[in-house]
Amino acid sequence: MIRIGSGAGFAGDRIEPAEILVEQANLDYLVLECLAERTIALAQKRKKQNAHAGYDLLLEKRMRSLIPKIVGKKVRIITNMGAANPIAGANKILEIAKELNISMKVAAVTGDDVLTKVSPDDTAWETGGPLSTHGQIVSANAYIGVDALLDALQSDAQIIIAGRIADPSLFLAPMIHEFKWSLDNDDLLAKGTVIGHLLECAGQLTGGYFADPGKKDIKDMAHLGFPFADILADGSATFSKVANTGGKITLRTAKEQLLYEVINPNEYITPDIIADFTSVTFEELSDGRIKVDGAVGLPKPHKLKVSIGYEAGFIGEGEISYAGPNASERARLAGDIIQERIGHFYAEFRVDLIGVNACHRKSFRDIEPYEVRLRVAGKAKSSTEAAIIGEEVEALYTNGPAGGGGARKVVNEVIGVVSTFIDRDCVQFHTELKEYVANETL
Amino acid sequence: MKLYDIAHCRTGDKGNTITLSVIPYEASDYELLKERLTVEVVKHHLKGIVEGEVKRYDVQNIQALQFVCSQALATGVTTSLTLDTHGKSLSFALLELELD
Repeated sequence: MIRIGSGAGFAGDRIEPAEILVEQANLDYLVLECLAERTIALAQKRKKQNAHAGYDLLLEKRMRSLIPKIVGKKVRIITNMGAANPIAGANKILEIAKELNISMKVAAVTGDDVLTKVSPDDTAWETGGPLSTHGQIVSANAYIGVDALLDALQSDAQIIIAGRIADPSLFLAPMIHEFKWSLDNDDLLAKGTVIGHLLECAGQLTGGYFADPGKKDIKDMAHLGFPFADILADGSATFSKVANTGGKITLRTAKEQLLYEVINPNEYITPDIIADFTSVTFEELSDGRIKVDGAVGLPKPHKLKVSIGYEAGFIGEGEISYAGPNASERARLAGDIIQERIGHFYAEFRVDLIGVNACHRKSFRDIEPYEVRLRVAGKAKSSTEAAIIGEEVEALYTNGPAGGGGARKVVNEVIGVVSTFIDRDCVQFHTELKEYVANETL
Repeated sequence: MKLYDIAHCRTGDKGNTITLSVIPYEASDYELLKERLTVEVVKHHLKGIVEGEVKRYDVQNIQALQFVCSQALATGVTTSLTLDTHGKSLSFALLELELD
């Protein structure tokens, strides 16, 4: 049996659940999944400005807390926090180890960056047209699988840092390494992929993104515990979390997470396998753990998906609130004023009323809210043009309807993401081992 | 009766596509959901949100339905001008659906 914990489910995830897992769960592996489609493109931009940057922005914070806690323990960390620059990420980890004077071996895995192998003439999967129609390409990262991680796992590195490894592969790789599963055993790879898929969003399996007071109550969410799985060589697993942490793993949380972001439950495609989720079984054990088994698989796809980041201009936003009598009419008037003044300058422009129709882009109910927040957003080629939106909304203080308060404005650079595909043979992996040896005289 | 009364739901996103799982609280309601929650009913309910195709998968093994809706995020997670660019809140738009 091996025990794998999930210590982060996205780039901005909480820090302490991973600390608790390391200190109390007796893990064999801790996986930190911190990349999304957009985050890697943003990381590529940071790398372009500074060759020593381009790894995850919270890497330093997470590693500074975890490195002292993994010393002397068997637990190994596997993470995609290398983002656009796993080598620089590994160097940063060793820099922290040196500061703390802790001996540490790190393996950096590269090969997902395929920018030089992608042409603007390649086809965008979303549109069927060439990539070049979307904008200047800033990044191209192939989703790579378990085969990229196996060399690093063979080494004695305690921390393995990579870039765009597919999320479930971060979990499947240690199973293959430990149980010596054949890369041709489709059913085992499918089972391991289901385990990885259930764990990859961390708190989303233990009550996060789930709770609904009165309907789906979850206790102590302020201290949500993240999940770990006890995995057997036959590919079955039981899911649990550290005692006395918040949250709960139930059949309901497991079902929601099994289907999360799955666009075809019969064919869940990763670089490693095509997994069929429609044969997965869940069993709630008496001690609150969940047993998972039963997935089957088909051989891995011939091509790898590539996430392409491109320059997509700037989004400007402005917000201002109205409350009390006739709030929504005053907010509507404010929106009309902005629309008339600047709406025609922008190719894409929208006016929403937060409290009425912003989240769902419509309202299913006709209720007069007590307070309403006007939100205006538009896309522009330059940040200066985008900034006008917030400036105009702010100017409603003195030029707009009565009682406008709490104006805010923001401009964000936009990196768009589209996909294409690349032959596996075009992608070569490399593992670089790095080490800091503690100075015993200190 | 609203869908909210008998089922829970989670939204996921992939590009400009969203997934909506529908899971009955009571297994005995699964057949009712399969009968009432047709692709047409969901597509009609989500008019103005989902511009593309709606597909339904019956995930019998866990007694759930999975709806996969294309062109649902007004150009997609990374470039959308909407407040909820991921469509994370859209699970509760579906749960507003009247079943009667």
